[in-house]
Amino acid sequence: MNILLTGAAIAIMFTMLLALIRALMGPTVFDRVLAVNMFGTKAVLLVAVFAFISGRPDVLDIALLYSLLNFVGVVAALRLVQRGKEYAQKKLEEDAQ
Amino acid sequence: MISLTIDIVLLIFLLVMAFAILRVHHLLAVAMMFGLYSLLVAGLFMVLDAPDVAFTEAAVGTGIATVLMLATLAVTRVTHEKELKKTNKRALFIVVVTGGLLLYGTHDMSNLGDNMAPAHTEVAKRYIEKGQEETGVPNLVTAVLASYRGFDTLGEVTVVFTAGIGVLLLLRRKQKPRIKGIQGGR
Repeated sequence: MNILLTGAAIAIMFTMLLALIRALMGPTVFDRVLAVNMFGTKAVLLVAVFAFISGRPDVLDIALLYSLLNFVGVVAALRLVQRGKEYAQKKLEEDAQ
Repeated sequence: MISLTIDIVLLIFLLVMAFAILRVHHLLAVAMMFGLYSLLVAGLFMVLDAPDVAFTEAAVGTGIATVLMLATLAVTRVTHEKELKKTNKRALFIVVVTGGLLLYGTHDMSNLGDNMAPAHTEVAKRYIEKGQEETGVPNLVTAVLASYRGFDTLGEVTVVFTAGIGVLLLLRRKQKPRIKGIQGGR
């Protein structure tokens, strides 16, 4: 059972590495936002797996908190991107007039 | 064994993230990466068996700080950091010296999990045994925070209070800020 959990932890860390590479390379903002979101999700999974490896299932609460925060962060980022676009649009219209 | 592996991998990720934050000039990406950075730090705290600190770090670092930074970016309408042509030698010197001093300071620290560390053998023992009669406070944590480390707490409260006043003064506007699309504000 422990070997299984250890294997899962290593696999999750490898996925984190892949997401990290995408977050660093990401040509567009959306690639980065998506990669950051995925990295956060993997962090949640890693915390959950680690909770069972170390035999302290109460640490699962932290995983729950992480997933909530991850969601909030991504929503905030996407709102900002949308608003930035609106500002750019407004500027274009003002320039055209 | 696996917790050591997780430690090392998370630390490597932290290092990569720190250099990435230095190199990337797109401010939205930087704000998101700061969020990830503190998520990683929180993970490390969890592996170090400090779930309460991990909770705080995740809530403040990943949650509030990221949202505040993104909101600031939305208000200032800046998307890219100004790229500096040359490095500031004096600033680099100060940073290197401070970092060297901090590294030098770690030599005096006791090892992780060392149960003969002074914090466990001297300080904590004194707090537990003499705390009640020396301070007269029934709660041990309150006794440490408000009496033994009273000046430290006073300093912290002063810093937080000053920062709060500063933020309130900066964010005060004559006109109420309106976000397009909600509350009918157009």
